[in-house]
Amino acid sequence: MSPRSVDQENPDRLYTVTGGRTLGDDDPFDLVSLIVTERDPVPGMQSEHVKILGQCRNPMAVVEVSAVLGLPVSVVKVLLRDLLDQGSITVRRSPVTTTARAQLPDHDMLKQVLVGLQKL
Amino acid sequence: MGSRSSELAPAPGRYRPLRRTASHGLKIVVVGGFGVGKTTLVGAVSEIAPLSTEEVMTEASVGVDDGSRVGDKHTTTVAFDFGRITLDQQRVLYLFGAPGQERFWYLWDQLFAGSLGAVVLVDTRRLADSWYAIDRLEHHQMPFVVAVNRFEPAPPGLDQVRDALSLPGDVPLIDCDARQRDSAKSVLITLVQYLTHLSEESVR
Repeated sequence: MSPRSVDQENPDRLYTVTGGRTLGDDDPFDLVSLIVTERDPVPGMQSEHVKILGQCRNPMAVVEVSAVLGLPVSVVKVLLRDLLDQGSITVRRSPVTTTARAQLPDHDMLKQVLVGLQKL
Repeated sequence: MGSRSSELAPAPGRYRPLRRTASHGLKIVVVGGFGVGKTTLVGAVSEIAPLSTEEVMTEASVGVDDGSRVGDKHTTTVAFDFGRITLDQQRVLYLFGAPGQERFWYLWDQLFAGSLGAVVLVDTRRLADSWYAIDRLEHHQMPFVVAVNRFEPAPPGLDQVRDALSLPGDVPLIDCDARQRDSAKSVLITLVQYLTHLSEESVR
């Protein structure tokens, strides 16, 4: 991790992209939630929204959208929330939400992951 | 390089879309000190050239060295790399590289909640770099394996490394060469086998 000042990140631009909004605790997206475009962009749509809809014709993880658009994850999540509310995207959520020894991932799922890795 | 591995090798700088059937995103975190080879390991098994992105997080500055700002809130940008492995028609495994020695490590807890488990990558010349990450993983009860990144087995032996890290006997500890695809793959397999073993034990 490289902590540094957001002053280097052109905060004005980030602020403009989201209109200063944040999701706070109402965050339906994980880093690896997969986003899928359901509707084509419409005229007048914000350019970042158009870019996301273009990228997610095939499923794309939130973190990949962030990397490809060059925007922080939290900013991308605000944009995704807009698109979700409009019905322009759907979200395929990760089946794993918490990890601790007390709540290990599903055994059958782990077996499938193992099979997948062994086939690589 | 055999034809199979060249087919699977990532095209540098080119992004490959996921299959349309992809529905389950999964996470594994690779933690370790600066320069230990986290991105190398991720890149060795990833089907895409590793990507990097960042997250802007708000944090209360309690615990930060500058005591005059206690109780203050400020934003921090954390940067991280990741790669991806398509496991089957539905499942996609994302591998995240996270520096483990940082005092802001708790931010990673928020980012990587829901990970299957973690790989702690260590350099035997800088074992102390791993202590903090191991301590945090144990505290959060996140299952992990430890992989010693070296080109060939050399002293200290794995038993000595286990002692130096005070690793419990049941935590897998292996040698790896993070540059080699097969070696990086076997690190991930070791982790998932360990998770499978833990989940079998938990139902007994």
